[in-house]
Amino acid sequence: MEKLMADLKAQIIQQLNLQEVKPEDIGDDQPLFKEGLGLDSIDALELIVLLQQHHNIRVANPEDGPNIFYSVRTMAEYITEQKKNA
Amino acid sequence: MSENVWIAGGGVICGIGQNLAQCLDAFEKMQPGMGTMRHLHSVHAQTFPVVEVKADNNELAQRAGLPAHLSRTALLSMIAAKEAWDSTGLGDIAQYRAGFVSANTVGGMDKTEHFFEAFVEDNSKGRLREVVHHECGSITELVADAMGIRHHVSTISTACSSGANALMYGARMISNGLLDVVIAGGTDALTRFTLNGFNTLMILDQQKCRPFDDTRTGLNLGEGAGYVVLVADRLAEKIKPWCRLSGFANANDAYHQTASSPDGTGNYLAMQGALQMSGLQPADIGYINLHGTGTQNNDSSEGLAIVRLFEKDYPPVSSTKSFTGHTLGASGGIEAVLSACALKEGIIYPNAQFATQMKELPFSPVTAFSRGHALQHVMSNSFGFGGNCSSLVFSKQ
Amino acid sequence: MNNGNAYITSSCIIRRQTVVKNGATVFTAENAALPEFLRSLYDRYSGQYQKFHKMDLLSKLGWAATEILLQDMPMDGYRPEETGVILANKSSSLDTDERYYETVSDIASPALFVYTLPNIVIGEISIRHGFKGENAFFVSDTFDAGLISGYVTQLLNTGAINACICGWVEQYHEQYEAALFLVEKEARGMALPFDEKNMRQQKEV
Repeated sequence: MEKLMADLKAQIIQQLNLQEVKPEDIGDDQPLFKEGLGLDSIDALELIVLLQQHHNIRVANPEDGPNIFYSVRTMAEYITEQKKNA
Repeated sequence: MSENVWIAGGGVICGIGQNLAQCLDAFEKMQPGMGTMRHLHSVHAQTFPVVEVKADNNELAQRAGLPAHLSRTALLSMIAAKEAWDSTGLGDIAQYRAGFVSANTVGGMDKTEHFFEAFVEDNSKGRLREVVHHECGSITELVADAMGIRHHVSTISTACSSGANALMYGARMISNGLLDVVIAGGTDALTRFTLNGFNTLMILDQQKCRPFDDTRTGLNLGEGAGYVVLVADRLAEKIKPWCRLSGFANANDAYHQTASSPDGTGNYLAMQGALQMSGLQPADIGYINLHGTGTQNNDSSEGLAIVRLFEKDYPPVSSTKSFTGHTLGASGGIEAVLSACALKEGIIYPNAQFATQMKELPFSPVTAFSRGHALQHVMSNSFGFGGNCSSLVFSKQ
Repeated sequence: MNNGNAYITSSCIIRRQTVVKNGATVFTAENAALPEFLRSLYDRYSGQYQKFHKMDLLSKLGWAATEILLQDMPMDGYRPEETGVILANKSSSLDTDERYYETVSDIASPALFVYTLPNIVIGEISIRHGFKGENAFFVSDTFDAGLISGYVTQLLNTGAINACICGWVEQYHEQYEAALFLVEKEARGMALPFDEKNMRQQKEV
């Protein structure tokens, strides 16, 4: 899980072009949207692309986004869950 | 404004009809135009319904009097612009200082896609002629040339409000006496580019779109073109104009590249500004042709902005996109023609596919076609990506 | 069309790795490719705006030019709806259209698709500065100073807006040029009479 979360932070920074953010700036439980990292609805769609590209997971319903992408930890938990079910 | 601006006529081609009369007929018979794509080739063909103009490029070219190898965007534009001009009875356009102000967002993307298809397979293939007209501006020039319009030609590209902004720009040229007539509106053809793009934004409905319905899940893409002919008092006296363009305003939402602010600030400012210019109160508006795309975000923001501006005096409202789909750069032009025609004919258009009232709104759209309304003032809303929000007001006198 | 009632109060021209503000060269970065050049403008004139890095090159160019245009020209004397943005270019968003098109065969990028419209640059400028006034984007082969000055003059005269950022923002591959003007009814800054000739002269320095 720790490894996955570290990977995710690097992937998020790359996918979302967060040029001034370092992986260690992102807390495991820090909210990614709004008050947290300040991401928006387009970033959410890019995170869906990230899951597809790097983890081969398809999110069909964008309404699931807020729960999956709440924090790096919720993303990691979702990926782990999906891989288990696959 | 120094001179009044009148709507001398209008023309439209879209997925529910190839001229205005056919479109009115489709509204009256409650026949929305969504269906499986036949002319566009896409891997999403079975997933997303679209609202295509039911004709291939050869048929369109014949009607437009243009070569069939041109972009569909230009062919659609020519057909609607010609209908608009012919409907005015103003005769030979060459006798006037004429302008063509046309909006589009995809340009000749349909042709560029063909080029890339061949080019990717073999770099020596692909016809460069097809990419020559890629730029949005060349589409306008092509049609202006074919129409014989020489005094002023300009292209506006402000996303989905482009068509309405073309009317605003044209109206200012007329009111200042710079031109005698302006054909203003917009055109856009369906392309894989826009279909894929809206798909990545996850705002395409896999069913027929349901604007202003609580269960709405997105829009259907459409295609088409719509133009009005704008003239000043002097020419309006010679003919029987449809109505007057009495007010218009544009504002930026300054919130997000694609999303509307939750309370629809830009929408509110545009509607308020247009009312102010026309010297009207909210209660004077007899019908609003909504932007009403069918996305969660647009309809909620637009609806709340209407609540704020109109308080309790809600006029009948409907989204004609529930029939035509969202025709992007053309939508402002098509809906201007429909709004002006509603005023002239006393028609209120229905909002198809509506079943469930939106929780956050105290009003719901009209669901049946009706005639015989003594409409005095009609509002048409067009909002676009980039925060560009426009509202037009048409008045009988 | 001339109008004695409005002034170009600030100008910013960016081309060939050089920034000219109010007629004077203020920044050059020789041999810098466009993305690096734009980043150096951000570092030097702004910073603290993470969203910059997500923009396409056209938006970055227009956004950075506006940052420089408005340096020392506070706009807080205007209500949000009093300031408009009227821009034009030749290539629309073609550069980003191509980049987006290249992603489609793999997984299409929503963040790129957003920028496949030329008026998104106006949106970015408006978001940054809170401008809510009238905005329009024209696509034409060459910089038509007459069209822009005529239109903006009308907007100012009819009271639709009281200040306007207007001009040309063009970018296609490594070719780029921004020529932006702040136009106001009250004279301040460089206070050049706002007309076609002065716009063209400023652009061609």
